[in-house]
Amino acid sequence: MATTALPSNLAATFAPMSARRLLVFGGIALIAGGMLFGDIFAVFVLHQNGGRTGETLLAATQAAAAQDPAGVRAAFTRIGSLLEDRGTKVDTHVHMTDAGYLALLLALLQPYVALPSQRKKRLAKLFIAGGVLLPTGIFLIHYVGLAYSPFPVIGWASVLADSAGALLIIALLGEAWGLWKYFRGDRAASIEPELAPDDSWSKRALLSGGTLLVLLGFLYGAWYAALDLYPEEKQETTILTALTDQSASDNRRAMNQSVNDYGKLAGAKAVSIAAHSHAIEFGLLAMLLSFMQPYVYLRETWKRRWILVLLAGSTILPVFVLLEPKLGLVAGGIADVGGLMVIIALIGMLVGVLRYSGRADAGGVAQ
Amino acid sequence: MSGSRKLLIFGGLALAAIGMCDGLAYALFWEHQTLDAMGGALSTAFVEAAQRNLPRAHGAIDIYGRTKYDYVRQVDLHSHWIGLAMLMIVLGVAFDSVNSGEGTRRWLAVALLAGSVLFPCGVILETVNPGAWFPSALAVAGSAVVTLALAGVAWGFARAL
Repeated sequence: MATTALPSNLAATFAPMSARRLLVFGGIALIAGGMLFGDIFAVFVLHQNGGRTGETLLAATQAAAAQDPAGVRAAFTRIGSLLEDRGTKVDTHVHMTDAGYLALLLALLQPYVALPSQRKKRLAKLFIAGGVLLPTGIFLIHYVGLAYSPFPVIGWASVLADSAGALLIIALLGEAWGLWKYFRGDRAASIEPELAPDDSWSKRALLSGGTLLVLLGFLYGAWYAALDLYPEEKQETTILTALTDQSASDNRRAMNQSVNDYGKLAGAKAVSIAAHSHAIEFGLLAMLLSFMQPYVYLRETWKRRWILVLLAGSTILPVFVLLEPKLGLVAGGIADVGGLMVIIALIGMLVGVLRYSGRADAGGVAQ
Repeated sequence: MSGSRKLLIFGGLALAAIGMCDGLAYALFWEHQTLDAMGGALSTAFVEAAQRNLPRAHGAIDIYGRTKYDYVRQVDLHSHWIGLAMLMIVLGVAFDSVNSGEGTRRWLAVALLAGSVLFPCGVILETVNPGAWFPSALAVAGSAVVTLALAGVAWGFARAL
């Protein structure tokens, strides 16, 4: 499945227990974990949560129609809980994958961080720990709530998430300090060599495909901001104002219609933002992975297969997310398959990097 | 390391740190209060509707709309700064693969950095004076500069294929 020997200069850029190796493994694992979490969330939580939120909003309007303020407050407490449930899961997914992207970025920058290798390793461990604890804390916010918290609005899970965020900032500032020293001309402490030069098809395909995906994501985001964002914001307050009027006049049919319109509007906003952000993030991922290709120890055919699967999945997911309001759950299912393709390709590449590490550590490097 | 790569990598790292500090400060001091205010305004609107006090219900919806308008842009500021910063760092590492002279690459790097700073700044200034032309113009100009620069980079990568 793989070629035979590894060039020695390549192995030197990926030394055992080095900060770069830690960041590459941790980064790919965080991205794959974050995407898997996102796919599970999309299949099992997202639509069900949206449906329950719509039902509870209808219950709130019915309570208002029945002149029952206590019922309204109870319904909005439930809506708040449902939105927190959804929001914290989206944030868990986003922060885990973004921490992974940053870890891969830092892996690329290691040759330019003029710090002793021990300190670089400590910073890498700090970053990976922060990258794991931040989404864990965010995920727990909904379940821990304000239990045993001495603060009026911040629970212990939020404290964990904020502390983990602080760890990430400290690690990033440490890396920035090392970079600053490098740019000032300090080279003595910088021992990790530059990345191996690579002009393979794999690198060029990922770099070009990734840039194109980011560009498409930018163009769609600009289109959405220019044409849809403000009208949708106005439409939201218009629907809610109409709902209060319809509740006050106990117009059940109009209330049902307005709650449906509100659900459709929320769905349209969600898919637009998801398509924009996923196209850009997958583009960035492809570009980041282009630099890891020399460390993917697989036969060229398999490397190309994983790249094509990754780029295909990265295109399918945002396109079909965008088509979801028109094609319904079929498009949602296809988008989930796109996400799964990206995860599978990532795991395939991670296996390649693991094989590379094993081979290099066992002395399979041409000296 | 070339000047354009330095600009992208160091500018990107600075922008990422600023974006993270902004996100942390917002999460610590404002986000929970804002979410409570949004939920509270919406609940109040329907409580007022239950009490058949429609002017106050409409007033609460207006407060909800204004609070959400600010919240969306605060979150956008944080996420766009960090996202653009990551893009700049990645491009910084790969910038030598852009098939053009160092002069062109430096202009592209300057445009990417300037657009990445100005676009989110325009977005957040929209919360200071909603509807004013200057913040929107700044956001549009910033995003246009980043998009055009990225198109130039994509063209540079494609020429090397």
